[in-house]
Amino acid sequence: MTADAEPVHRLAGLLRANGDTLVRRWVDTAVEELRGRSTGQELERDFREFYTALTPVVEETARGGAADLGELKSLLEEYSRTRVKQGFTPSETAVSVFSLKRVVFELTESDDDPKLFREVLAFSSLLDGLGLFTFEIYARAREEIINEQSEQLLELTTPVVKIWEGVLAVPLVGTLDSARTQVVMEKLLEALIETGSDQAIIDITGVLAVDTQVAQHLLKTVVAARLMGAECVVSGIRPQIAQTIVALGIEFGDIVTKASLADALRHALRREGVDVVRQAGRTG
Amino acid sequence: MTTAGSAGPEELRIAADEDVVRVRQAVRNCAQRVRLSLVDQTKVVTAASELARNTLIHGGGGLARVEEVVDGRRRGVRASFHDEGPGIPDLTLALADGWSSGSGLGLGLSGSRRLVDVFELDTEPGGGTTVTVVKWTR
Ligand SMILES: Nc1ncnc2c1ncn2[C@@H]1O[C@H](COP(=O)(O)OP(=O)(O)OP(=O)(O)O)[C@@H](O)[C@H]1O
Ligand SMILES: [Mg+2]
Repeated sequence: MTADAEPVHRLAGLLRANGDTLVRRWVDTAVEELRGRSTGQELERDFREFYTALTPVVEETARGGAADLGELKSLLEEYSRTRVKQGFTPSETAVSVFSLKRVVFELTESDDDPKLFREVLAFSSLLDGLGLFTFEIYARAREEIINEQSEQLLELTTPVVKIWEGVLAVPLVGTLDSARTQVVMEKLLEALIETGSDQAIIDITGVLAVDTQVAQHLLKTVVAARLMGAECVVSGIRPQIAQTIVALGIEFGDIVTKASLADALRHALRREGVDVVRQAGRTG
Repeated sequence: MTTAGSAGPEELRIAADEDVVRVRQAVRNCAQRVRLSLVDQTKVVTAASELARNTLIHGGGGLARVEEVVDGRRRGVRASFHDEGPGIPDLTLALADGWSSGSGLGLGLSGSRRLVDVFELDTEPGGGTTVTVVKWTR
């Protein structure tokens, strides 16, 4: 392309010439679509920034080159992430992008230059792509939030409780991934020291599956506790878990296991020298 | 044997610890859909957990594919695990109980083979590893 050629890219020209008007209409359209969930002021700043980054991309696309979408995408990413935190749905976020199409269509619809028409089509699919991109960001951001929360939950849901003088219990619940099992086990060992306990019951009634990694964490904890002078009992191994452990070939060696937490507690108390006796019914 | 079911195959990336949990959940959901017994559900979920973790740890990450399968009146869960990692140089060793190139128990491969009905392992030194397992309803 020579420097003195006519500016053949009409859409880019229009976008540049009508910047202020288009942005204002875009903001108005989006506010309307969002039914007052956002004010024009909030949107104006973001839209203007986006618009400024968009114009050179449209030019480049019309020239047939592969435009660099990097800046647009990072602006959109920031915009979408803020919206996720504010509780907007992904469609509401995508609509902000799509409503620019409407505004541009309105500007160009009375013009029947086929070249402009092609440019508008390309522009439209560019915005479609960017709109979908906001969906992707939404999904990713949601996932991050969920991960964050589950990490917090991890900290909260590992209760090591002292159920008797010298006896601790940890009920394990749900899906055990290695991070979680490790946290629980570390907490248990710490609590043994802090409370001066010499027995621990690890109850796995609520656990969905025990694989080699979980088993290994369990085994290591039991050995570590033993080195600290404490004994662990594993309770609540349900039938399906027992069968799976056997088929996997995991050996629990000389670790004491009990069917239920109650059995484990009775076992622990006996070792503490406490006998639990059912009171005989009164004889009349 | 054909793939079937209202829900198509589900593909999941395995790149981090939490992906292993996600694969496990996908397999559990699928096992419940085809109505495997509780014992068989737990078995196939545990096998998937082992294989997904091998993909992550030994294969350097990869892809899991989970789907329903039908064979006559039987329904089942098929899960396959693919990576482009180093492959397994000595299969006999890797499939032996208690052998691990790392510090694992060395029961993941051999154990999960015992937990499922079909166990196919395709590997080549330097050419990645694919393991496919199926668990049928009874
Ligand atoms: N996808 C894979 N790519 C490369 N090597 C693998 C793969 N899967 C397994 N292996 C090799 O096979 C060995 C045995 O695997 P296996 O799962 O039985 O044991 P492990 O993973 O070492 O320990 P664990 O009992 O905790 O699973 C591994 O130590 C590893 O060397
Ligand atoms: Mg393994």
